Amino acid sequence: MDADKHFIVGIFDDEEVLLKGIGKIRGNGVKIHDVFSPFPVHGIDDALSIKRSRLPIAAFLFGMTGTSLALLMQIWMLGYDWPMIIGGKNHASLPPFIPVTFELTVLLAALGMVGTFFIASDMKPYKWPRQFDLRSTEDKHVMAIDLAINSGKTKDELRSLLRDSGASEVNEKSFE
Amino acid sequence: MQVASSLREALITGGKTVKDVSHDISRHVENKPTKLWWAAMAISVAVMAYGFYCLCYLLWEGVGVWGLNKTVGWAWDITNFVWWVGIGHAGTLISAILLLFRQRWRMSINRAAEAMTIFAVICAATFPFAHMGRLWLGFYWVFPLPNTWGSLWANFNSPLLWDVFAISTYFTVSLVFWYMGLIPDFAVIRDRAVVQGAKIRAQVYNALSFGWQGGAKTWMRYESVALILAGLSTPLVLSVHTIVSMDFATSVIPGWHTTIFPPYFVAGAIFSGFAMVLTLLLITRKVFKLEDYITIYHIELMNIIIIITGSIVGIAYITELFIAWYSGVEYEGYAFYNRVSGPFAWSYWSMMTCNVISPQLFWVKKIRTSLVATFVLSIIVNIGMWFERFVIIVTSLHRDYIPSSWTMFSPTMYDIGEYLFTFGFFFTAFLLFAKFFPVINMAEVKSIVKVASLEKKEDASH
Repeated sequence: MDADKHFIVGIFDDEEVLLKGIGKIRGNGVKIHDVFSPFPVHGIDDALSIKRSRLPIAAFLFGMTGTSLALLMQIWMLGYDWPMIIGGKNHASLPPFIPVTFELTVLLAALGMVGTFFIASDMKPYKWPRQFDLRSTEDKHVMAIDLAINSGKTKDELRSLLRDSGASEVNEKSFE
Repeated sequence: MQVASSLREALITGGKTVKDVSHDISRHVENKPTKLWWAAMAISVAVMAYGFYCLCYLLWEGVGVWGLNKTVGWAWDITNFVWWVGIGHAGTLISAILLLFRQRWRMSINRAAEAMTIFAVICAATFPFAHMGRLWLGFYWVFPLPNTWGSLWANFNSPLLWDVFAISTYFTVSLVFWYMGLIPDFAVIRDRAVVQGAKIRAQVYNALSFGWQGGAKTWMRYESVALILAGLSTPLVLSVHTIVSMDFATSVIPGWHTTIFPPYFVAGAIFSGFAMVLTLLLITRKVFKLEDYITIYHIELMNIIIIITGSIVGIAYITELFIAWYSGVEYEGYAFYNRVSGPFAWSYWSMMTCNVISPQLFWVKKIRTSLVATFVLSIIVNIGMWFERFVIIVTSLHRDYIPSSWTMFSPTMYDIGEYLFTFGFFFTAFLLFAKFFPVINMAEVKSIVKVASLEKKEDASH
């Protein structure tokens, strides 16, 4: 961790107030570090201009990997490595390979996407997150504003801006 | 803008706030378990221990300790396997298919139903593994692993091998889906533990939550993961029982060799799965006082699904009988004549009564909104679904092509013991889940609780 980080933390009780507040705060040229919510708030990604997640692309690519690996495995094992005549059919015929191909497609897509999610979101079991306010998982929406990034505004200006935008509480929080 | 419909009943009653949701669900994890929990746990573990003895004896002695014989090579083992896999279907149907259809009533019940799925699939998997006799070699037989026979690979033309892939994929994806849902809720328990000063609990639940923080970007990614997992699980849940049915349908045994099996098995699986969800949730809601979250309305909706799937199963039974006659195939005709009037007719008529007639009682609103009637019928449905698999498997096998091979099947104490083992395991696992994990998806319920509280505010202002 680099130098000390100082944040102004605004607590919002209601998601509709929060969404309007985000608009107002960003309209004043303040950059928001992040907003922590107990449940997904619809419309917050537009309000914060968060780009759409590319996880669906990752899922598709992992799924295609699963499809290819499954087909290659089955065709190689039963068609080339040890060909067997089963029911008088071709060594490597496609129809009986469909179920396993489907299952491995789904398996790799699901595991790959979830793995990517953990990596992209930097989530790991041994990591203790920076907690701006413990109520952010319980019932409050917590907005964090990084003081270093918003050096154009004073602490008091930010405090009163948060208050005007509907925050029910404004605190300061520093991390080492 | 939130709109509260006056036509639909409220999903969460009691004017709960977001904070109440955290409190009502988390306190079961935080408080010491009740005496009732310990008593239930003791019984489950005792049953599991007895069953485990039977399982070990089977592995020591061999599959001969079961009641199987030369003619009836599959009986209770595969019956129980299909029954448990079927039960597992409701969980993924609720969490995946109902998510895609935007059915919000799933939110209170999906967590427990998915837990049930995972435990039921584990129970199911014990039977084919036990049936292999030599577990340690089983992995070479069912997975394409390099081996010293050549390598002689597993046969990908066999539906039994498809089943291995279907069940293991289903288990893994369901587990991942369930766990993803649990992550934000583990973080709730962690943060409450920090406030309460419970350091060890905070550490454990932080590890379980992967350090969840709930930032806007993380939530967006999280929702897109949930949606795609639902999209992947939807064909998966339909494929699993389809492939299970192919274990039978691709054979040439009269009574098994039918194209109707895949949809018929899937409907039956959902039917029995919802019945088991009801059995478990009716107890859970009572013991944990969750009546405001799992309301009569939820129970009624599940009962409606039971009417639909029960009727599909009923039509499938009648279609099978009709086709057995209409096809003009003697063997098929005899197989069904034997089911209806042969020595195992009692099991056929038990199945018909439990699965076709009993769910029709739910057409009466008074019955489908009654807790006692629902509880009793949910158990009857699962007895009926067990008999369905028994009828399909045993009555088709016990009258072989050559009358000199005709036999009957009766279970030994090891057949019964293994079935008891899975029950013991299932309830032990469910009790542990109910104690240590939040039984209702708090994050999802919180997102719909506002509609209920808006109504409350309006009431107050009038």
